Amino acid sequence: MNRQYPEPLYRRYKADNRAKTILMFSLILLACIVAATDLAVGASDIGPWQAFVALFKDSGRIHDIVWMLRLPRVVLAALAALAALAALAALAALVGFGLGLAGAVFQAILRNPLASPFTLGIGSGAGFGAVSMIIFFGGFNTYLVAGGAFVFALLSALLILGIARLKNASSETMILAGIAQMFLFSSLTSLLQYMGTMEQVHEIVFWFFGSLSKAGWPEICLAAVMILIPVPILLYRSWDFNLLAAGDESAKALGINVERLRITALLAASLMTAGCICFTGVISFVGLVAPHITRMVIGGDYRFLLPVSGFLGAVLLIAADTLGRTVWAPQVLPIGIVTSIIGVPFFFYLLLKKSREYW
Amino acid sequence: MLRIDDLSFNYGAVCILAEIEASVMRGQILSVVGPNGTGKTTLIKSIARIVRPSGGTIRIDGTDTSRMTHKELARRVAYVPQHAPDTFPMTVFDTVLMGRRPHVSWRPSDQDLYLIVEIIREMNLEAVAMRTMDQLSGGQVQKVLLARAMVQEPDYLLLDEPTSSLDLYHQLEVLEIIAALIKNKKMGAVIAMHDLDLAARFSDTVIMIKDGKVFGTGTPAELISPENIRAVYGVEAAVDRANGYLHVQPLRCTGERAFSNEQRLQ
Repeated sequence: MNRQYPEPLYRRYKADNRAKTILMFSLILLACIVAATDLAVGASDIGPWQAFVALFKDSGRIHDIVWMLRLPRVVLAALAALAALAALAALAALVGFGLGLAGAVFQAILRNPLASPFTLGIGSGAGFGAVSMIIFFGGFNTYLVAGGAFVFALLSALLILGIARLKNASSETMILAGIAQMFLFSSLTSLLQYMGTMEQVHEIVFWFFGSLSKAGWPEICLAAVMILIPVPILLYRSWDFNLLAAGDESAKALGINVERLRITALLAASLMTAGCICFTGVISFVGLVAPHITRMVIGGDYRFLLPVSGFLGAVLLIAADTLGRTVWAPQVLPIGIVTSIIGVPFFFYLLLKKSREYW
Repeated sequence: MLRIDDLSFNYGAVCILAEIEASVMRGQILSVVGPNGTGKTTLIKSIARIVRPSGGTIRIDGTDTSRMTHKELARRVAYVPQHAPDTFPMTVFDTVLMGRRPHVSWRPSDQDLYLIVEIIREMNLEAVAMRTMDQLSGGQVQKVLLARAMVQEPDYLLLDEPTSSLDLYHQLEVLEIIAALIKNKKMGAVIAMHDLDLAARFSDTVIMIKDGKVFGTGTPAELISPENIRAVYGVEAAVDRANGYLHVQPLRCTGERAFSNEQRLQ
């Protein structure tokens, strides 16, 4: 061990990791830029904002009148409008981050490229929960709908876990059970829709579109708690997810308590998913695609993959929000629709561009 | 010394392993041979505590391994699987780095990285160090898995048929690397093997398993005989010595085949 360090290989590894870290911070910066654009684009459409700008243009006596009489009201209205926009951007960032990171965790613990909150049936569970609240409790109350979504998201995660515990199931079995569960909840949801009134069906369809506009700051704070609390736990175990990628047996032989890791991560990621879905509806695509795009770019080291996938998810969702509000303005397209319509062709492009089966 | 006493493993009501006695010293190789499905892999996995044995004790230098945590055990014993999974392959460097997990609580230090570099060089894997595992040949994969076990700095290596999917060159290369490691680093090794010639050539002790029980233990020359091969494998064979090595030449099946565990489970 008396060779000169740093060695070429050591330096190369360090440089690789530095590049990944730089990419991660660039994504955070990009998220901020996209969010700022989002705010600017939104703000330019708002009357009060223009009025606010007009305040500072010199326009003689009228200007003075406006200053004296209308200022307080105009400023308040403008601030409220800006706050609403900021809320949208914040929620988009949160939900994108949560879905991206949770998706990467699901893929890690199930060692399957198909794994995401939705292929495990957790998204459908949440959907069923929301719909049943709308139907049975006339639930046009956001909290009631969100609560239903949350409870059923966790229930479906627990069902998968239960099957895994009882049968000592492989990751393939868990995915299969998840997909079966997804069909079950979809059918139950359709049944409820079939039973519902026109108004209820309208509400349900709107919920399923996935939209950021259902939430105000109190809801966002609650979602933030659910999405952010599991993050440190998952990042702390991120190296262990690498070991899981080497196979359960190898991970066990390297001293990892595989069952406990899988259960902890599944619960943490389900809580994040529930936090993402309950106030926004079904925004499915980000959770599947953000981890894959990240893996294509920086490789499979979960110590980087988890945070980068989260930040990429945030960028994607804020961008989708901006697009949804500008493409067909003044109509606002639901964000769930935008992410899939833009995202799927892009993902196909990436799939075709890559020659290898995995990345 | 790694010592196995009265080890048993049951799967439901079916007994996979029973009354297994074996031991291996540091600096020595113990080969486990026997027909398919006779419990060789289960024995290896029981020692690594990937599966929990139903009874018996495994001691490392006098300490009962069932009293150790998974992490403590992982510092003493390294397990080398047959394959690496192909979903989401890691780079060679990251794969070898996993071996430091039992020694590091959160993130590897520079010292850990130096050790990885050192062992990747020793194994002649520098050229492929930044490639992902799915871009390697079978022989290279086996060497990477071996490198990961070395980085664990264990006292004992457990290998599950390390040469089963390799060509002639890599079979020899991998076993020579293992033999050199055992000698130089004073580790002990338990290897499940199919190839009796290679088992005879590289092991200090051979343990022959039939139907989940020890059929015999001894040096290769004592144990690998036409009578034992006939009794354990149901194959008539000639055993001779050529160029200083024991050589088994299978002649014909006797038709008296022992039931494998898979068959017994059905």
